[in-house]
Amino acid sequence: MERGKHAIEIENLRFQWRQGVPVLDLPRLCIGRGESVFIKGASGSGKSTLLSLLGGVLLPQAGTVSVLGQRLDELGSTRRDAFRAEHIGFIFQMFNLIPYLSVLENVLLPCRFSSRRRQRIAQQGLQPEDEAVRLLEHLDLPAMLLHRSVTELSVGQQQRVAAARALIGSPELVIADEPTSALDADRCGSFLRLLLKESASRDSTVVFVSHDARLEGYFSRSVDLTGINRAALEG
Amino acid sequence: MYILTLALKSILNRRSTVLLTIVSLALSVMLLLGVERLRADMRESFANTLSGTDLVVGARSGSVQLLLYSVFRIGNPTNNVSWESYQDIRSHKLVAWTVPLSLGDSHRGFRVLGTTPDYFRHYRYGGGEALQIGRGRVFDDLYDAVIGADVARELGYEVGQQIVLAHGAGDVSFVQHDDKPFRVVGILERTGTPVDRTVHVSLSAIEAIHLGWDSGAPVPGRQAGAARIAGQDLEPKSITAVLVGLKSRIAAFRVQRFINEYREEPLLAVLPGVALQELWDTLGIARQALLAISALVVLVGISGMTTTILTGLNERRREMAVLRSVGARPWHIFVLIVGESGVVMLIASVLGVGALYAVQWIAHPLIQSAFGLSLPVHALSAHEWKLLAAALTAGLLVGLVPAYRAYRYSLADGMTIRI
Repeated sequence: MERGKHAIEIENLRFQWRQGVPVLDLPRLCIGRGESVFIKGASGSGKSTLLSLLGGVLLPQAGTVSVLGQRLDELGSTRRDAFRAEHIGFIFQMFNLIPYLSVLENVLLPCRFSSRRRQRIAQQGLQPEDEAVRLLEHLDLPAMLLHRSVTELSVGQQQRVAAARALIGSPELVIADEPTSALDADRCGSFLRLLLKESASRDSTVVFVSHDARLEGYFSRSVDLTGINRAALEG
Repeated sequence: MYILTLALKSILNRRSTVLLTIVSLALSVMLLLGVERLRADMRESFANTLSGTDLVVGARSGSVQLLLYSVFRIGNPTNNVSWESYQDIRSHKLVAWTVPLSLGDSHRGFRVLGTTPDYFRHYRYGGGEALQIGRGRVFDDLYDAVIGADVARELGYEVGQQIVLAHGAGDVSFVQHDDKPFRVVGILERTGTPVDRTVHVSLSAIEAIHLGWDSGAPVPGRQAGAARIAGQDLEPKSITAVLVGLKSRIAAFRVQRFINEYREEPLLAVLPGVALQELWDTLGIARQALLAISALVVLVGISGMTTTILTGLNERRREMAVLRSVGARPWHIFVLIVGESGVVMLIASVLGVGALYAVQWIAHPLIQSAFGLSLPVHALSAHEWKLLAAALTAGLLVGLVPAYRAYRYSLADGMTIRI
């Protein structure tokens, strides 16, 4: 499969939910492979919409979004679903986990839906379970929690489980949507360090959106969405 | 498929609410299968009760009524057949054999049948099986009795047991023929027909125990002691019904006409097969109604399940969004919700079938003793499997509704988690 040098390449992207009310208008945004990019934006600046566009859940009305050299609008919805499952890991704000599955089962979920992620693990000579245990260990989750219900975990622990789930099978891109907003400053810092260390060791590109400018320092680059979004400037 | 495992785990997580749905569905499945089973087994039991007899003859009444009292030992005859008429039927040139039946007495709730040893030779049930004496022998002495398998089992009787007959057919009788005790000389093998619940004695014995009686009650001072009777003429004046075997089945209508047009007294001859069908048909509407109602009960159960799933769907949008974000396709979400209906229906069906067998196991002896119907416990019939499959299919089909809605939600929501 041909791969561009960019993990993400956005050209002249325009998106609106309602006619005449553009939410996003981005002339250009490129994120290189292996970068960890902090996208800063106040609420309502179109952060979540941008992530949906990057994930291929939404398609732009104008312009193009390419992920890993693949223009998402060239794929049908089924192919986009598959592409997302194979190449992108997601972490959300909170309640990321399936309440009726154990910690281990939650982490293994992407492997159930993506053969590519299973293959990546197999190439290392591992079983998905081994990889999940290893990831959880790297993210400082005690092994005794593996078979616990996720509802017994603290919010910080839950977010680390979600991070392990996003990283399992080493997807090329990890998209995080305010995953630290429910954490206090200490936990927030340790969470970010663990996430970035683990994604760096896998050469995964990280796109992290948040309104909290204090987190900028952890990332290799910071992009101010409000600054480059012409729709927000107009509004 | 992993998504079905997810469906199962999701159900387990909500087990307290789902359990109620499952119980109500299991009960409705049990009802549906139970009604069908009752219908099939009743028919089987009816059809198997009498075979090999070409005509059943009794006093003129309805053919169903005649069949009920003569063969099923349910209800009482309105009138009797005189001994002279019986002799005329017996000597008809197309008649091969006759078995006279005399009913009216009982022993501890079991009917007493006065007949001749020919009964054991000619009575056939099921596919034409003859009665088998399990222990002992056929009666030949005046006060001998041959009892059915259930009589022996329920009362714990063995060959040699002394028994006293009661006048009348009720469970409790105040007038006992205690001056003339009988002795059990034979016990029949089980047949699954009312024969199992009958005490058989000779016609002469019926006559003997009623000597000196008028209008159904003993007249003081006129009863004859058992010893004195031996020499008397014990030819009965009348009997209750006659089973008739013909030399050729083709003659059935001719002999039937002969009996129905008999001038000396009003008689009725019925073809057992036709009368059994008629009896069956009279139950037809009730049967259909029962089946329809039980099918409706299943549908009510299914709508209840669907309502529960639909109500819960909104709360589960987060779960679906999370699944989408880890790579589940919209059709996975669809299968997750359909799978839930499927799993619930499957568990309910298994429990329903289990409950059916439990109930049948308990009710079988009760039904047999109350109605003389044998409803044996057996594996699911083809028709029952079909009903079960229909219930499952209905559950899955109705389950498509919430599944489709979940599919739409997941397309609209994508990975956006709405709280």
